Amino acid sequence: MITTPGSANPIFVNLDQIFVLLRNWLIGFLPVALRPAGAAVLGVIAIVCVFPGLFALTTIFERKGLGRIQNRIGPNRVGPYGLFQPLADGIKSLTKEDIVPLSANAVVHFLAPLVLVVTVFMGFAVLPMGRNMVLVDMDSGLLFFFAMGAATELSVFMAGWSSRNKYSLLGAMRAVAQMISYEVVLLLSSVAVVMITGSLSLPKIVAAQDQYTGIFPHWYIFTPWGLAGFLMYAIAATAETNRSPFDLPEGESELVAGYHTEYSGFKFALFFLGEYLAMFSISGLGTTLFLGGWSAPLSFLQFIPSWFWFFGKVMMSIFVFIWMRGTLPRLRQDQLMNFAWKFVLPFTLLNLLVTALWRFMGEGWQRWVVCTIILAAAYVAMGRLGMRGQHFGRRSYRYAE
Amino acid sequence: MTSMMTTPLAGYLLVAALLFAIGLGGALVRRNAILVLIGIELMLNAANLNLIAFWRYGPHPEALTGMMFAIFSIAVAAAEAAVGLGLVIAIYRHTNTTELDKIDRMKG
Amino acid sequence: MTPIFYLLAALTLAGGLASVLLKHLVHCALAVTVAFAGLALLFLQLDAQFAGFAQILVYIGAVAILIVFAILLTRGSDLPKGGVFSKTWFLGLIIAAAVFAVMGWAVLASVSAIPQQNTVPSVTVHDIGSALVGRYVLPLEILALLLTAATIGAVIVAMHEKARPR
Repeated sequence: MITTPGSANPIFVNLDQIFVLLRNWLIGFLPVALRPAGAAVLGVIAIVCVFPGLFALTTIFERKGLGRIQNRIGPNRVGPYGLFQPLADGIKSLTKEDIVPLSANAVVHFLAPLVLVVTVFMGFAVLPMGRNMVLVDMDSGLLFFFAMGAATELSVFMAGWSSRNKYSLLGAMRAVAQMISYEVVLLLSSVAVVMITGSLSLPKIVAAQDQYTGIFPHWYIFTPWGLAGFLMYAIAATAETNRSPFDLPEGESELVAGYHTEYSGFKFALFFLGEYLAMFSISGLGTTLFLGGWSAPLSFLQFIPSWFWFFGKVMMSIFVFIWMRGTLPRLRQDQLMNFAWKFVLPFTLLNLLVTALWRFMGEGWQRWVVCTIILAAAYVAMGRLGMRGQHFGRRSYRYAE
Repeated sequence: MTSMMTTPLAGYLLVAALLFAIGLGGALVRRNAILVLIGIELMLNAANLNLIAFWRYGPHPEALTGMMFAIFSIAVAAAEAAVGLGLVIAIYRHTNTTELDKIDRMKG
Repeated sequence: MTPIFYLLAALTLAGGLASVLLKHLVHCALAVTVAFAGLALLFLQLDAQFAGFAQILVYIGAVAILIVFAILLTRGSDLPKGGVFSKTWFLGLIIAAAVFAVMGWAVLASVSAIPQQNTVPSVTVHDIGSALVGRYVLPLEILALLLTAATIGAVIVAMHEKARPR
C-alpha cells in the first residue's frame, strides 16, 4: 500500500522511506522468484535485531528511572552513567548455570519460555512501524495480534505448572486469571476503533488517522470515545503484561518470583525478554490504534520521518509504564479482578455504545458534547457506585502491645 | 492405493474423520470426566475442519456459508466447554472424584 | 496434497492421539492444545484466515485454559489407582474404529461425485461482517443469547453452595 508522502521535499521523503529503500536495494541482488521471501526474511531480521536492542535500552532506562523516582541513582558502575549495564546483565544470564528442578517436567519446563518468546515476536509482524513499513499487511491483522496475545497466556501456565513448586503454580494461576480478565477489556476497547475505521487491518487504521484539520491530527485519542478507549486499553495493557500496579503474579515480596521462580540463566533471560517485548508490542498496538501510529502530531511536523514518530510514541508509553511502576502501590488479586469485571468492563461496553452514537450522529459539535457528557456522567456514576460500601474515615493505627 | 488419486478435499475429509474417531475413542475409553470433554472438543473441531474444507472446495465459497457455520460452531463449543467444565467442578465438590465409574448413584 | 498438508495433518493427529492416550491430565491438555494449533494452521492452509485466527483466539486462548483450570481445581495431578482406561476400553476402541471405517469408506467412495473448484476464494473481513449482520443476523443474536446463558449458567453451576441452615 503506497500512501502519499508526508512532505514535498525529496530528501525528507527518502529519509522517511530509507528502510524500505534499503530493503529494496538488498533484495535486488536476489533472483525475481526469491524476492518476496527475501523481503520477508529481511523484515524478520530487522525486527529480531531492533526490538531486543530496544529491550536492552529499556532495562537500563527502567533501572535508572526507577532509581531516580525512588531518590537513588541506579546502576552507574558499568560504562559511562551505567549505560553498559545491559551488556553485563546479558553476559551474566548467559553464563549462569541452568538449574532444572529434579521433579520438574523437563519438556514443558524447556518449552515454556520458547513458546512465550515466539508468540510475542509473531505479534510484531502486523505492526505498521512507519509509512509502508509493515511486515505483513493482513486483512485481519488486529485479530492475528490478539490471537498471538491469547497464546501467550498458555506459556505462563506451562511455566508455573512445570516447575512443581507451590509458589510458581500460585503465581501462574494468578497471572492467567488476571490476563484472561483484562484480555476481554483489551479486545472490547479495540473494537471501538475498528467500528469507526471499518477495517481490522492496522495500516488502514493508521491511514485513517493520518489526516489533519488545520494543524491538528485526527488521532482517535482526541475524541471522547477514543480517550475513554485509550484509558481502558492502557489499564488492560498494564494488566496483560503483568506490570505494576498489576504485578501481583510476580510480586517480588510475596511469591519469590512468581511463575519464573525455578528458571535460571538463559531461560530466565528469555522470560524477561518476553515480558518486555510484550510491553513493546502492546504499546505499539496502542499507538497504532489510538495515537495515530506513525503519523506526526502536527501537520507541519510531517517532514520528520514516520518511523521516528512511531518509536518515539512507543518509548513514551514505556516511560509511562516505568513511571507507574515507581509510583503506584500494588493491587491485591481480588481488588484487581473486581476492578476489571465491575468497573472497566461495563465502562468499555458503554464506550462501544457511545462510539456507535458518535458514528451515527454525523459531523458537528453536537456529537462531541453528547458523547463527552455521557462518558463523564457514567464515569462519575460508576465510580460512586463502586465506592458505596467503603468508608474512608480517619486512618487508625494498631501497635503491638 | 487410492490415496494417490484422491483430491485435496478427500484428504481433508479423511483427516477430519480420523480426528473425529480419535475424539470418540477418547470419550469412550477414558475414565476421567475432563478427558471425555477433551474428546468432545476434538470431535467438534473435526466437524469444523469438515465445514471449512467443504466451504473451500465446494461450489459457492463466496456465499460464506461454511465459514459462518464454522465460526458459530467455535463459539458454541466454547460455551459448551465452559458449562461442561463448570459441571465437572461442581460434581467434584460434591463427590470428591472426577472418575465417571464412581459417579453412578442418583442419591446425592 | 502438498507436503505441508501432510505435516500439519500429522501434527494434528499426533496431538489428538496423545491427548487421549497420555496418563497425566495436564499433558493431555497440552497435547490437545497442539491439536488445536495444528487445526488452526490447517484452516489457514484452506484460505480461511478469519476462522483460523478465531480458532487460535478461542480454542487455545480460552478453551485450553479452561480445561487446564478445571484439571487443577479437581486435583487432576493425582492419578487414579485403577488405571486411566475404563474397563470397557476395548469396546470403545472397536466403536471408534468402526465409525472411522464407515466415514472413510464414504469419503473414498464418493470422491468423484463431489464438485471440486480450485480457485482461491477471496473473502475479506468486510464480507464476513456484512454476512453476519445481513444474512446471518438471526444466528448471531441467538448465539449472543446462548453465550449469555452459558456464562450465567457456568457461574451458577460452579459457585460454592450456600451453607445449609443447621
